[in-house]
Amino acid sequence: MSTRRINWYKYAAPANFYPLAGKMIPVFSVVTVLLFIIGLYVGFFVAPTDFQQGESYRIIFIHVPAAWMGMFLYVLMAVYAGLGWAFNARLGSMMATAISTTGAIFTFISLVTGSLWGKPAWGVYWVWDARMTSTLILMFLYIGFISLQASIDDPRRADRAGAVLALVGLINVPIIYFSVQWWNTLHQGATFTARSFKMAPSMLSAMLILMAACWMYSIAVVLVRVRCIIRERESEAPWLAEAVA
Amino acid sequence: MFGWVLWRDLILAWRHRADVLATLFFFIIVTSLFPLGIGPEPQTLQTIAPGIVWVAALLASMLSLGRIFGNDYQDGTLEQLLLTPQPAYLVVFAKVLAHWLVSEVPLVIIAPVLGLQFGLSQNTLLIVVVSLLLGTPVLSLIGAIGAALTLGLRAANVLVALLVLPLYIPVLIFGTGAIQATVNGTGTKPWLLLLGATLVLAFVFAPWASSAALKISVE
Repeated sequence: MSTRRINWYKYAAPANFYPLAGKMIPVFSVVTVLLFIIGLYVGFFVAPTDFQQGESYRIIFIHVPAAWMGMFLYVLMAVYAGLGWAFNARLGSMMATAISTTGAIFTFISLVTGSLWGKPAWGVYWVWDARMTSTLILMFLYIGFISLQASIDDPRRADRAGAVLALVGLINVPIIYFSVQWWNTLHQGATFTARSFKMAPSMLSAMLILMAACWMYSIAVVLVRVRCIIRERESEAPWLAEAVA
Repeated sequence: MFGWVLWRDLILAWRHRADVLATLFFFIIVTSLFPLGIGPEPQTLQTIAPGIVWVAALLASMLSLGRIFGNDYQDGTLEQLLLTPQPAYLVVFAKVLAHWLVSEVPLVIIAPVLGLQFGLSQNTLLIVVVSLLLGTPVLSLIGAIGAALTLGLRAANVLVALLVLPLYIPVLIFGTGAIQATVNGTGTKPWLLLLGATLVLAFVFAPWASSAALKISVE
């Protein structure tokens, strides 16, 4: 066993990251499935019926994790794109491109589940309050990022242009997060603070488990996608022919 | 350098007056379409007027964004401008100012006339002008980022719209909020201050993002 510390920077090369990602994917996939099963069980069978909303509140277990992932993945995408731009590291930009699709999907899920929840809870499918509007803007930003990268043929120019766009749009994420504090809107206030939880413990644990499940899912799916992107873009590299064979 | 780029852009815009006037007439026509489509009831028109004036201003300014860098990119001038020792920030700044003077200020001037079409009071018309004065520079500044990112691409016009409209939304909300606050009688000042804040933020950061995007696009 060598006494040298691990050189993490070697994984910045697609050639080294590709097999590492390949080993990580099965682990995260299994964890994802387990957490989803546990979380959904707790959410649907263990958590009690809500006093005001009855059973329809349970959509929160999908809505909140999806909304959180949508915002978090945008920040992560912007960070990776920024790293890829600043350090001229292809893998960073490939990760950003891989994350963009998953982030868009989660944001879409949060908008749709939010609408579906809004009908029984507030009586309307959609209101133009601060949080819903800024999440809609987040959806548009994702679509803009994906479209911009799709319409530029040169991969490196696409990477850098996407990085500029992602970083410019980054200001929207704090606005979404804090919008419920800054404006008095229909959306409920923060349920989690550092000190008090305003929800029943089983509801809270279901939500946290499902949030972890969505996170593990994102990691697994992004790693699969980035491997596909590596294969597309590095298709002429000799290491790839050996790795794939 | 700044003065030179500004003067050059203004002269070029003067020589192609038709492009500039086309944007203005687009603004006028679009604002006139809505009463025709929705119906001439005065109450309705007064309610929808702020939104329509602002959305039409947004769309009209988006149409003209291609002209900020497009012509210079095609004949190679932009590359030469970026090769000078002066920072690209100044070039962007001059071009954005020229774009604002040429494309946006006519909108601001004609907006009160269009507001009369909707039956807005004089006080409201003043706020329309002020909010547009504060908001249109932001439109030019942020639009320049989109224009720089999409230089020379195939579907550049539509793509610019897709990229830039989400970033325009806060300006739209604050601008229309200011006008509606005047119509309702609630406080206008907070909205105008927020507009001013977005202007200051965009003023500082947007040319920097645009110059970074220019360097990426003019590889």
